[in-house]
Amino acid sequence: MTVIDMTKEPLLHVEGLKQYFRSGRSVTKAVDGISFDIWAGETYGLVGESGSGKSTTGRSIIRLYDPTAGKIIFDGHDISGRMTKADERYLRTNMQMIFQDPMACLNPRKKVKEIIAQGLEIHHLYENADDLDAKVNSIIEKVGLSREHATRYPHQFSGGQRQRIGIARALVMNPRLVIADEAISALDVSIQAQVVNLMKDLQDELGTTYLFIAHDLSMVKYISDRIGVMHLGHIVETGTTDEIFENPVHPYTRSLLSAIPRPNPRVEKKRIAVEYNKEKEGVVYTEGHLHRISDTHSVLATDAEYEKWSKEHGY
Amino acid sequence: MTTSRDLNDRVLSIRDLNISFDTASGTVHAIRGVRMDLFKGETIAVVGESGSGKSVTVKTIMGILANNGHIDSGSINYTYTNEKGERETVDMTKLSQKEIRYRFCGRHIAMVFQDPMTSLDPTMTVGKQIMEGMILHLKLSYSEAKKRAIELLAKVGIENPEKRFHEYPHQLSGGMRQRVVIAIALACEPDILICDEPTTALDVTIQAKILELIKEIQAESNFAVIYITHDLGVVAKVADYVDVMYAGRIIEKGDIDEIFYDPRHPYTWGLLASMPDTDTDSTRLFAIPGTPPNLLEKITGDAFAPRNPYAMKIDYEEEPPMFDVGGKHRVASWLCDPRAPKVEMPEQLRDRMEKMRKEGILE
Repeated sequence: MTVIDMTKEPLLHVEGLKQYFRSGRSVTKAVDGISFDIWAGETYGLVGESGSGKSTTGRSIIRLYDPTAGKIIFDGHDISGRMTKADERYLRTNMQMIFQDPMACLNPRKKVKEIIAQGLEIHHLYENADDLDAKVNSIIEKVGLSREHATRYPHQFSGGQRQRIGIARALVMNPRLVIADEAISALDVSIQAQVVNLMKDLQDELGTTYLFIAHDLSMVKYISDRIGVMHLGHIVETGTTDEIFENPVHPYTRSLLSAIPRPNPRVEKKRIAVEYNKEKEGVVYTEGHLHRISDTHSVLATDAEYEKWSKEHGY
Repeated sequence: MTTSRDLNDRVLSIRDLNISFDTASGTVHAIRGVRMDLFKGETIAVVGESGSGKSVTVKTIMGILANNGHIDSGSINYTYTNEKGERETVDMTKLSQKEIRYRFCGRHIAMVFQDPMTSLDPTMTVGKQIMEGMILHLKLSYSEAKKRAIELLAKVGIENPEKRFHEYPHQLSGGMRQRVVIAIALACEPDILICDEPTTALDVTIQAKILELIKEIQAESNFAVIYITHDLGVVAKVADYVDVMYAGRIIEKGDIDEIFYDPRHPYTWGLLASMPDTDTDSTRLFAIPGTPPNLLEKITGDAFAPRNPYAMKIDYEEEPPMFDVGGKHRVASWLCDPRAPKVEMPEQLRDRMEKMRKEGILE
């Protein structure tokens, strides 16, 4: 695990981020006021079930959407609201994304080397054609493909290999932050492990920071330094991986943890998942505020809820 | 759990099944000599990566094999009680696909698909979809069918079934839709329920509930279930027996304890070890190197050999037979040959096995 100096400025600072979608007369509050920080060199995992707003968060940060409200500071550049040309250029070159579906995120009509080189070409980040080739070839080898693959088309690759191309495309820019949105959930189990190991190796080598968005808690535990648990547009609990797994306070986190299937038949056959029903518990997220449990661990709750949950948990 | 199986309770027996597909780029040998037995009331999980042939196997049983696929050899013997109340065995490979679908699909063998969004008809109410099979196969009247449909909805845990009966699929959440799909599958009280990745499209919190639901109803009605999945967590939860498939062959089979606590095939080791375990703090996941073989090419020897760190010379030359390693445990790997050198499973996995055994005994 990477040791993070939390006294330093975070690489990414998100404060009160809101992302609403209007359709007709109704408004969907996909992300409803979340705040978190990511420090350089770490991996921050964002987990939650479908509809929790975790993917929307990633997409708002990289400005695929225009956030409704909130502040996003990326390495000292304000990238919320209208960006200056320089800020936008900084964002586009230093933040990259890896998408979920490796079949859908690569242009089928371009060769692998064209796909990987596209970002460098758009931002003129190479000296001459040889330099471009060298950069592309070196990243292709780094992600575990061979040079011959560069002149092939995406359909000639397997799912795992395509995800490697997606990773190469993101990392060729030498980004400071990579947003991996469910980057491994479309892959087979044996391939998932390969890709996760690759992402970790590349992080050790290049010092990249990851925002790892996923619904698979066991994989998130494995890759993340810190975790944020999202539910219905709110981060209900955040902490280091150990704090979340050893000491979950929010009932939603607890129910999520209890739902992880364990590959041990005698245990799994007896496992009883903890149920969580927001209405039954009477939890209203907008009324709560963040309670700090430790420097790194905090939970979204009203004072009464916080007292109740901590008592249940034996503090 | 490991009771001796009575042959009279056997509902399905597949022998030496070979299936290939004609594609533009050649013939794909998707299934290579599959053997499988299914007994009343038990649950088998077929585990494998995409392309390993697990779905093709069950699609053949259902008579919904794609048009370019054909059965080259083998038999699928299905035993059931016919309309006259006699036990009857038919070889499904001898029947036309249409006949299988007309006689057995939905009536004796039912299937739950992966994606509840696409397996329901968006233009029909939920109730009508449940009644369809009952009216067609069981020749029930509308009012009888409706009564049973509402009972079924209640049984699969849908609140307010009278109201839901008249609703359309888009009005339900993903978990509820999957419950409806299960209700449809159970409408005619089948002998065999096939679940093809029934929870992959659902959230973890709902996954467990759906699996528990299927288990409960199975205990009540005593039908056999075949799970197709790549999720070993699901397997651990539901299965009595496990078949591990790789490149169209079953490479290891046994009861659940044999597979999870005493795996023998290097591929099974890899599968188990590559799953992150929330209890271990190892910094690196074990990964099986390489990718599954292309079944367009003829496979000589063991299909897993190129990815197998323990591969021997013979693995590249001759296909391993099924070795009997005791109990119900069968392994297709030359490593189980008495002449083979002894190899140990990866260290990480051994540690985990150790821990799992302890946990299993403690609980």
